Amino acid sequence: MRYRYFPGCTLKGQAKIMEETTMAAAEALGIELQELSDWQCCGAVFPLYEDELITLLSPVRTLAAAEGEPLVSLCAACHHVLKRAQELMQRSEDARSKVTDFLEVEYSGEGRVLHFLEVLRDDLGFKKLAEMVKKPLAGRKMAAYYGCLLLRPAKVMQFDDPENPTIMEDFLKALGAEVVKTPYRTECCGAYLSVTEEKVARDTVSKIIDSARSAGAEGLITACPLCHYNLENCAADNAGKPVEILYFSELLAEALGLTVRAGSAEEKTGEVPSQ
Amino acid sequence: MTSGTKSRMIEEMKLQSGQDPSCCYQCAKCSAACPVTAAMDLLPHQVIRYLQLGLEEELLESRTPWICASCFTCAARCPRDLDLARMMEGVRLAILRRREGNKFGPADLTPEQLAKLPQQALVSGFRKYNK
Repeated sequence: MRYRYFPGCTLKGQAKIMEETTMAAAEALGIELQELSDWQCCGAVFPLYEDELITLLSPVRTLAAAEGEPLVSLCAACHHVLKRAQELMQRSEDARSKVTDFLEVEYSGEGRVLHFLEVLRDDLGFKKLAEMVKKPLAGRKMAAYYGCLLLRPAKVMQFDDPENPTIMEDFLKALGAEVVKTPYRTECCGAYLSVTEEKVARDTVSKIIDSARSAGAEGLITACPLCHYNLENCAADNAGKPVEILYFSELLAEALGLTVRAGSAEEKTGEVPSQ
Repeated sequence: MTSGTKSRMIEEMKLQSGQDPSCCYQCAKCSAACPVTAAMDLLPHQVIRYLQLGLEEELLESRTPWICASCFTCAARCPRDLDLARMMEGVRLAILRRREGNKFGPADLTPEQLAKLPQQALVSGFRKYNK
């Protein structure tokens, strides 16, 4: 199974561990992720106003660079932006002609845009994944935290049921973990409000963490670097058992019996991506 | 009060967001769904009501659009299929484009925040608060 791969800036920075663990796991699973040779930031937010076309330039450039091949990303925000930009290119002839004319590329919305979890569910299959697990996470009580960007708007993202998703729980089950369901798993963590309105993010994060703790979870998995940051840094100073915040891929690599050291990918290639 | 007069901002918002506030029948599901109402001075469904009434000045002074984090839960729950996140974006953009300019920039961050924040937070934050 071969895919084009868009990392996005955070995966080369603060969320390096998500990329490194995914790359190691993908290799073990026979999934080839071929990094786009010349990529730039996805823009981080999808423009919600029709005249904000400039924000679309970078995701459309990325979509066109995949040349119609399936395009995979790991960061929930990158996936959200790419998927919604693709849908807009399919839906709006006006936006499509302006953006592609400016970029001087041909693109009309073709190609599958996938999150790596969708590759595991739909292309590899969780059943197959479960068979390839070497060190099942038996007895580990883990909860899924979806956040917003993978699920909503559901009509465009088509990731899972936006109110009652199961993909991350099914993923955890395939790894052999004991799944704990928590009521705030699809609620917003506060996103970039942690930068400008920290108290608001503290409130949203504390609800998520407290509910996970009282449900008995020892850890939460996420696919979003911003959720990861907020969950780790914005929880109220709560007494009680700590809840570990992990990228989904960290558990994946662990269950496949892989040891990934932070920074190992860079040592291996000795390359720093062009920005 | 600007009630009753046709607001240029609101007419532009309808066009650029593709949303017509007059479709809303004020069931307030958006306000029930929103995870950050505690910090808002206007509840999400009240923002739509103000848009219906043309209360432009009041909206531009409100704290609510800056608390909205575009989590899209309101739109997911709306029985009228309205996307309030797009309307909130319209109010923010009206302020940024016409009134105050940038709301937040790199100089507002502490060195500790700059070292720890994921790149995604910086880019999305600046995109939402700057023009």
